[in-house]
Amino acid sequence: MSVQTADIIGREQEPRFYLDEEHEHTEGGTLLGFWIYLMSDCLVFAVLFAAYGVLGESYGGGPTQADLFDLPMVALNTAMLLFSSITYGFAMLSMEKNRVGPTLGWLAITGLFGLAFLGLELNEFRDFIEQGATPQRSAFLSSFFTLVGTHGLHVTFGTIWLVTLMVQVALRGLIVENKRRLMCLSMFWHFLDVVWIGVFSFVYLVGYLR
Amino acid sequence: MRTVSPNKSRSRQRHSRPGGALRAFLRLFALLPLFGLLAGCKLVVLDPAGDVAMQQRDIVILSTALMLIIVVPVLLLTVVFAWWYRDSNIDAVYDPEFHHSTQLEVVIWSAPLVIIVALGLLTWISTHLLDPFRPLGRVNGAEQVAVADTKPLRVQVVALDWKWLFIYPDQGIGTVNELAVPVNVPVTFELTSSDVMNSFFVPAMAGQIYTMPGMQTKLHAVLNRPGEYTGMSSQYSGSGFSDMYFTTHGLSGADFEQWVGKVKADGTALGRTEYLNLAQPSEREPVHHYKSVDPGLFAAVLDMCVEDSKTCKSDMMHGGGRRVSQNGRPAHLPWAERGKAAPNAYASALGSGVIDTGSAICTASNATGVSVARAAEPTQRVN
Amino acid sequence: MFSNPETQRLVFGRLTLDALPLDQPIVVGTFVVVAILGLALVGALTYYRVWPYLWREWFTSVDHKRIGVMYCVLAIVMLLRGFADAIMMRSQQAIAFGGSEGYLPPHHYDQIFTAHGVIMIFFMAMPFVTGLMNFVVPLQIGARDVAFPFLNNFSFWMTVCGAVLVMISLFVGEFARTGWLAYPPLSELDYSPDVGVDYYIWSLQIAGVGTLLSGVNLIATIVKMRAPGMSLMKMPVFCWTSLCTNILIVAAFPVLTGTLVLLSLDRYVGTNFFTNGFGGSPMMYWNLIWIWGHPEVYILILPAFGVFSEVTSTFCGKPLFGYTSMVYATVVITLLSYLVWLHHFFTMGSGASVNSFFGITTMIISIPTGAKIFNWLFTMYRGRIRFEVPMLWTVGFMITFVIGGMTGVLLAVPPADFVLHNSLFLVAHFHNVIIGGVLFGMMAGVYYWFPKAFGFKLDPFWGKMSFWFWFTGFYFAFMPLYVLGLMGVTRRVNHFDDSSLQVWFVTAAFGALLIAIGIFSSIMQIVVGFLHRDRLRDLTGDPWHGRTLEWSTSSPPPEYNFAFTPVIHELDAWSDMKSRGYARPVEGFRPIHMPKNTAAGLILALFAGICGFGLIWHIWWMAAFGFAALIVTAIGHTFNYRRDFYIPAEHVIRTESERSQLLATQV
Repeated sequence: MSVQTADIIGREQEPRFYLDEEHEHTEGGTLLGFWIYLMSDCLVFAVLFAAYGVLGESYGGGPTQADLFDLPMVALNTAMLLFSSITYGFAMLSMEKNRVGPTLGWLAITGLFGLAFLGLELNEFRDFIEQGATPQRSAFLSSFFTLVGTHGLHVTFGTIWLVTLMVQVALRGLIVENKRRLMCLSMFWHFLDVVWIGVFSFVYLVGYLR
Repeated sequence: MRTVSPNKSRSRQRHSRPGGALRAFLRLFALLPLFGLLAGCKLVVLDPAGDVAMQQRDIVILSTALMLIIVVPVLLLTVVFAWWYRDSNIDAVYDPEFHHSTQLEVVIWSAPLVIIVALGLLTWISTHLLDPFRPLGRVNGAEQVAVADTKPLRVQVVALDWKWLFIYPDQGIGTVNELAVPVNVPVTFELTSSDVMNSFFVPAMAGQIYTMPGMQTKLHAVLNRPGEYTGMSSQYSGSGFSDMYFTTHGLSGADFEQWVGKVKADGTALGRTEYLNLAQPSEREPVHHYKSVDPGLFAAVLDMCVEDSKTCKSDMMHGGGRRVSQNGRPAHLPWAERGKAAPNAYASALGSGVIDTGSAICTASNATGVSVARAAEPTQRVN
Repeated sequence: MFSNPETQRLVFGRLTLDALPLDQPIVVGTFVVVAILGLALVGALTYYRVWPYLWREWFTSVDHKRIGVMYCVLAIVMLLRGFADAIMMRSQQAIAFGGSEGYLPPHHYDQIFTAHGVIMIFFMAMPFVTGLMNFVVPLQIGARDVAFPFLNNFSFWMTVCGAVLVMISLFVGEFARTGWLAYPPLSELDYSPDVGVDYYIWSLQIAGVGTLLSGVNLIATIVKMRAPGMSLMKMPVFCWTSLCTNILIVAAFPVLTGTLVLLSLDRYVGTNFFTNGFGGSPMMYWNLIWIWGHPEVYILILPAFGVFSEVTSTFCGKPLFGYTSMVYATVVITLLSYLVWLHHFFTMGSGASVNSFFGITTMIISIPTGAKIFNWLFTMYRGRIRFEVPMLWTVGFMITFVIGGMTGVLLAVPPADFVLHNSLFLVAHFHNVIIGGVLFGMMAGVYYWFPKAFGFKLDPFWGKMSFWFWFTGFYFAFMPLYVLGLMGVTRRVNHFDDSSLQVWFVTAAFGALLIAIGIFSSIMQIVVGFLHRDRLRDLTGDPWHGRTLEWSTSSPPPEYNFAFTPVIHELDAWSDMKSRGYARPVEGFRPIHMPKNTAAGLILALFAGICGFGLIWHIWWMAAFGFAALIVTAIGHTFNYRRDFYIPAEHVIRTESERSQLLATQV
């Protein structure tokens, strides 16, 4: 039965109250859900940014941003992360074309860039700590390490997820589920990029210029 | 006469007895006379002894009255509608098509809006006038005693675990768990806490204000009636909190001088060592008197460096650790030089005296203690 | 246990036999009772071989209806625990006068009021509203389940895990003694060195993950899975309030997560976020925690508002008055709830302009809230009101909540707050709105939807008893507290010197006793309802002459909810269908795509709990193991691609024809 158009009196004849055909599985539900989760994650970062904003000048007699930050290194770090986003984009393009090999290849390169980013960042932390600029030294350092460290933790989990997905794509190919997962990771990865731009600007650049 | 919309026939199903329900609701109103009991109670918030608290009481009453304009009709309508439109009432109109009315919506949204506008104005004005940081504009509402005639009394308050230390810098005395103020003299309280948050509250005198470690809050208040009043902490601060009470004595001018004399006579000295002993956690501390107080003690408490070994908060607040600079700009080691720097370059920088300590003290409105000249007292204009 | 203290610390962290409260008779007694009842329950379940059924049909279920019921069961169990804390506090305060210390030393009392708040908010009210939303929303929008059924199961078990950690703190170690928000500096390591605050942190973090994911789930469900024809403005009001609640969850809980992370870093790593020295700022914690805290109370009340909307329109036999303005009011409340947080600490001294701003925004929220009350009022107007139990709760709510709201707006005026903050007046206010609003709403919702969930109504006599004892008990318990606040009495105090206060505390204790009878009656309404279920059976699926889609299904609904996806034309879809001669489809059934049960959610939550316990007691190997196991299981779970199945058409045909036969007997 289909819904009839209103007759001259304007009343519907025999309205339909149920679908005969099977209702298609909701499109985009997973992506929307993941996006909402990502926004909530963004709020966690907002709290950490706020903490840094409030405590960023509470040096407790310890070192300041100008004393510690090595901007050329940070620029290199940022480049690693931005390149990783570009290569992830290439991976997505290959995914759209259903080409497993190039997809896996670009994903691997993305992972390597991500690891490079993490390595440089860990090196920076080690350097700070060796100089006595530990997270416990002052509120500024506490908020710095937590904000940048949380971002780094996210990149770490993203990299683990990346490797897992690579295994799953290698095993099952670019099926619908795997494509969906790759799109979610794509959102995650680019989101981390955006957060890093915030960190780079608000923490490193502004901090150094104080 | 009851109108029935077409197609809606009366069902004869038996439901619970709303008449009985309503009677029960009404019975509750019979309890109202119980409020007569209140007459015998000391509702100190509604019958305070200090001008600030009296103004706050007036706000409480006025705000409540404004809201009752809406609330009483709503409560009445709720009971009336619930009773009249019960399904056993065949006289009531049943109109299932009545679910929208723009006129009614306008009233529903604008009536509370008007009340809130009034309340909002009241809020803005009274919040500024009764700002605890604002010096008193008047000492006694009833008697119109001018502020300019009286020199304010300064009291410094330290909340400890779990007792109160009061220092009278102008009289040079101190007490534990006993506050005395002369009647009709404005008092300026400068408050801090030794380690955790507390809240200084003498309901008969004025509203409360938090006391926070490393920060100074202020309260301006006055007592208009002699007597003994309860003071407390109203922010939970640990196991001795329930005993953190102190007595506030409202005394005439002469009696106050007498009290000061008594404290000087039977008190001991309060220096840093005695303070550190006092600051040890203790409950149900009896009243102490101090005939003299180390003049720098309160500032040291505020700066969290009563112990000689501790670095003062103001020395730590900002600007710490700038490297010895060349050309006036902070030096910065190039990337390749890292790792070769001395392990604790900041300690040596500290020792070299390059630190800009500033003289700031953190206050609630200046939380980062940015070094500014001691902020001028807010003026008495409202805006 | 080990002769070498190093080994002892390595294996057991800071857990020692001293952690068992063997010197506290009340706790020991509680443990004995709990152990006996627990063993009896487990024994009975084993004897009657119910475990496979429970495992298959409930614990591993991803069905939103099952999960919703389990949430409500958790809430009721935790209500009993939280109420036990309340009775203890009331009795202590009723007797501890003039030299008497009562029976609860501060060490114990301070944990009780902290636990009472934490449990009631996080493990009673939150699961209750989540459970109702879980059960009702998919049915009301014509969907088969929520958007992410596995996540739903996982969210539930994470909440349970948090609750279990809190319960364990009663017998192993102790709970926080800081108040339910654990303000620093008191909650920092210097002033709370023991495990209490750590129990607090980890139970909330774990439960918080569950809540957040639940929020994501329900938003995606409402946005993406409404039946065709159900535009947003044709959605039942309960779904609107659920949508706004879950937006609040997603936008507020991350702040709690982040803030507790910062506090835990201070306690575990020695950072200086909220410490007194080295630049820390306790004030920042207050701001952050209340930026979460205020939206949280709206998370609790909005679903209750939704329940009242549904109940009022159903039992007045009329569409809800002013649907559009109800929706707008809900959205406005959602947005405004982020602009008021400072009213929780006016007395911190933020300055007059800041205080007035937040005071005024707080008052502005009362306008849409008032509009809602008026809309319910005018739904009653010219209605034909049937005073079934849910309608009693609703009228009780309208009276009680308005009083509580009024005292709230009073407290929003900073000078008034200066004399009433942290007093028993404040305690009376928030219990006024939470009990009168949230709890009454949950009671109404349970009674209203119980027949849908279980196929029989609750016993009406005990339902009415429950209402009347709760209602009068509330007034006896909390009106004295308003008076005490006006007498200058502050909160969280465990003994008093002024004997003139005692009469009020005794009255309050009497009120608590009445509430206890109310709780007992609430349970009796379930027990007696079950015993008389044949008499109270709901055979049509529409016992209240409802207006929304869930009443078109059988009671209880089949696992797939709807054999065919409904098509919606109007608001109050079921009323519309009934008035237009809807004929239930009786043929043409096809296989239905459904998600499979899974144990993964339970196992992941278990590992999270193990990790949490290890972190609390500094048993680092346990924490590492729990965490690693969590990650490995999660990754392993993603390798499972076969998480769905099809219900065969024959099964659907059989279920539907059974229903047809049942309906035929009702004509």
